[in-house]
Amino acid sequence: MLRLTDVVTHYGPIRVLKAVTLEVRAGEIVCLLGGNASGKSTTMKTILGVVRPTAGRVEFEDRRIDRLPTEAIVRRGVSLVPESRRIFARMTVWENLAMGAFTRQKAPAGELAEDFERVYTLFPRLSERQHQLGGTLSGGEQQMLAVGRALMARPRLLLMDEPSMGLAPALVDQVFDIIQTINRQGTTILVVEQNAAVALSIANRGYVLQNGRIVVHDTARALLAADHIRRAYLGED
Amino acid sequence: MADVLQILPQQLVFGLALGTVYGLIALGYTMVYGVLLMINFAHGEIFMIGAYVGWGVLTALLNAQVGGLHPAWVVPLLLLHAMLVAGLLGVCLERFAYRPLYLRGATRLGPLISAVGASIFLQNAVMVTQGARMKVYMTSLLFPRGWRIQVAGASISALVIVMIMVAGLMMWGLHELVQRTTLGRSIRAVAEDRETAAIMGVNVRRVIAVTFFLGSALGGAAGVLVGLYYTQIDFYMGYSAGLKAFTAAVLGGIGNIKGAMLGGLVLGLVESLAVTFGNPAYKDVVAFIILILTLVFRPTGILGENVAEREKV
Amino acid sequence: MAPPGWLRWVAWALGLAAVVGPLLAPNDYWIGVMARICLYATLALGLNVVVGFAGLLDLGYVAFFGIGSYVYAFLASGHFGLHLPFFVVVPIVVVATAVSGLLIGAPTLRLRGDYLAIVTLGFGEITYLLLINLDRPVNITGGPSGIIGIDPPALAGFTLSRNTEYYYLFLAALALALIASVRLRHSRVGWAWQAIREDELAAKTMGINTTVAKLQAFAMGASFAGVGGSFLASWQRSVFPENFLFTESINILAMVILGGTGNLLGVVVGATLLVTLPEVFRDFQRYRLLVFGLMLMVLMVVRPQGLLVTDGRREEQEDQAV
Repeated sequence: MLRLTDVVTHYGPIRVLKAVTLEVRAGEIVCLLGGNASGKSTTMKTILGVVRPTAGRVEFEDRRIDRLPTEAIVRRGVSLVPESRRIFARMTVWENLAMGAFTRQKAPAGELAEDFERVYTLFPRLSERQHQLGGTLSGGEQQMLAVGRALMARPRLLLMDEPSMGLAPALVDQVFDIIQTINRQGTTILVVEQNAAVALSIANRGYVLQNGRIVVHDTARALLAADHIRRAYLGED
Repeated sequence: MADVLQILPQQLVFGLALGTVYGLIALGYTMVYGVLLMINFAHGEIFMIGAYVGWGVLTALLNAQVGGLHPAWVVPLLLLHAMLVAGLLGVCLERFAYRPLYLRGATRLGPLISAVGASIFLQNAVMVTQGARMKVYMTSLLFPRGWRIQVAGASISALVIVMIMVAGLMMWGLHELVQRTTLGRSIRAVAEDRETAAIMGVNVRRVIAVTFFLGSALGGAAGVLVGLYYTQIDFYMGYSAGLKAFTAAVLGGIGNIKGAMLGGLVLGLVESLAVTFGNPAYKDVVAFIILILTLVFRPTGILGENVAEREKV
Repeated sequence: MAPPGWLRWVAWALGLAAVVGPLLAPNDYWIGVMARICLYATLALGLNVVVGFAGLLDLGYVAFFGIGSYVYAFLASGHFGLHLPFFVVVPIVVVATAVSGLLIGAPTLRLRGDYLAIVTLGFGEITYLLLINLDRPVNITGGPSGIIGIDPPALAGFTLSRNTEYYYLFLAALALALIASVRLRHSRVGWAWQAIREDELAAKTMGINTTVAKLQAFAMGASFAGVGGSFLASWQRSVFPENFLFTESINILAMVILGGTGNLLGVVVGATLLVTLPEVFRDFQRYRLLVFGLMLMVLMVVRPQGLLVTDGRREEQEDQAV
């Protein structure tokens, strides 16, 4: 479904991604691991066209998307839950969700109502707080809103950047339960996570990114079992 | 003192009319600042050009000796032309003088210097093409002197009522647009967090251009209203009006649409009171002192949010 | 990159040309133009301290120029009956403008750069409005008709009268301003300014008192304008509010930016160009501001670093040259 081939991305003169090659197949949950500044967020932004790759190709459903504007990529069915949530704090919960459906303005009203319904079913709390400003929500609620907002675009591929960041452990489990639910409902997921143990526990496969390159690639089960992965990314000595 | 109190109601009406116009111009500053964190210094000149366009259309109508000039259709016609030209001019400015800078990531003084350049350029372009002498709006042919009503000791002309109504209607329309439509939401989203808006699939450049169009169009409309009211316009009028409107925007809280309207009203009233009770020679000083005091003691303005918090781009 | 000694030779050549210039000038009028170049270059160097070194956009610099001229006029004319000697008045004027720089800077310097720019513009306007209105109730500034009959500079019984004499006086001041600029750039406060210009927060964390450093920049820039103001008043023998309009601030700012903000030689070149162009093209006066506006826009869009690039090595060479 998604394929990155030797993708190189620069921030100014700095080469952040040196050669990233990875694949996500339809229906999967794929986990991208890596330490700080390894290029995980940049990979996500490159897929969505927020930053442009300087070399390599990004393909979605067998079509090149690395020259398309972000808008067109979102329309094709890719959306991102950004790092640290990035809720519109001065907009209401409802408005945040409506922003998520920005590219689907021509969708029939009934369809949009269905999507709101789906999000509110997944996250009943958001339904209670529809008219509250995004900035007044708790951290966990903001994460729900960020996920719900991304779902409003009806993505076939959902990119999630550090969904567990800053959440209490109980909430982390809840978020990953929801990720699994979304996946079962038919959305393919690529998730970037520091919390590798939890992420790998629901993923099919995983990639390890280091210094802008993919250094390890295996099934989630194998990664969880591998000693050097456990030491480097699961915080075990 | 008795004299002063006698003219006070009149001055308050005058202040109200002035204030709605300042508010209308201030909206342009505040909207652009909202999406780009940039002071569009040339906005005063866009207002001035709006006044010239309105004058041009009105003069053409008079020269063509069209019969039955009635404000009910002439005023909307003038406004429409002025808003269209001013709006497009704003989009051009954005495209050629500011966009290359913000795409390069220049956030400090570059855009402001470019805007100062644009302001001086437009001012002198009008001076060179239209001459330095002032132009006269034939307002009296449109609004006969007898059209006025007496309210609480003030004699209010029909024109003032039209001004307040037009400005009020436009502010209300803008407010509805920004609060209730998808376009308005995308403007707010870009103002709050440009990158996340892009992630939602918002075409950020287009939203910024549309914001310039809207803000500039309102400035152009204000130009027509001021032209009709003062009846004399010149190429330099945008400079002080622009500074005062900027003061209004800052006073209300820059980036805040309601704040711009409120700031405009407050400034208009304060200025008319200063003229009533003080020395008219210093009426422009009042605005600057308000600006400086606001920035020093309450930089967030009356309704504003914390400016420091929004420094990131 | 040019060889290290290159710029030094250019500077010597320019200096020599400047000294023998009046001998080559076709007439007295052009000597006057050359004097104006020196006067404006001095002002531009002062603004460059604020804009180029410290990165603070001052849109009301002309206020200091105006204050300087008027203080000179107060102390050396029949207006108040004071006729203090030139070399007493100039230091007083410099102190007065530096203090006015502090007064304007103190309440506003914690503002963000773009707000600061608008506030300085506001102060410029207020200064102009005061100059034009303070003839009533007590006549202080002479109002719109200004102050006339200002004393020319006199030194040990010799009174300046010819343009050539003024030219050499202004040239000497310009040389001093250049030397002062180079020294300032490499002084403690110069480094602080540079740090503030690049990243104010970082400068703060390095222990730089940014408020004090910015105030120093304002006071220093203003004092250059004090010298310029004294010269203008004593040369014109009169001062009017119209000498100190906003467009004059833009004129000086354009000189700084055209040459390359922070680049000393560039600032002098910018002043030379912008003073000479209107003289060469007679019709230019009408289009002068139109061209300036376009120039500011185009420079910011196409070449924000100015016509002459400034970088570390260039600065070093420039310093050696001066």
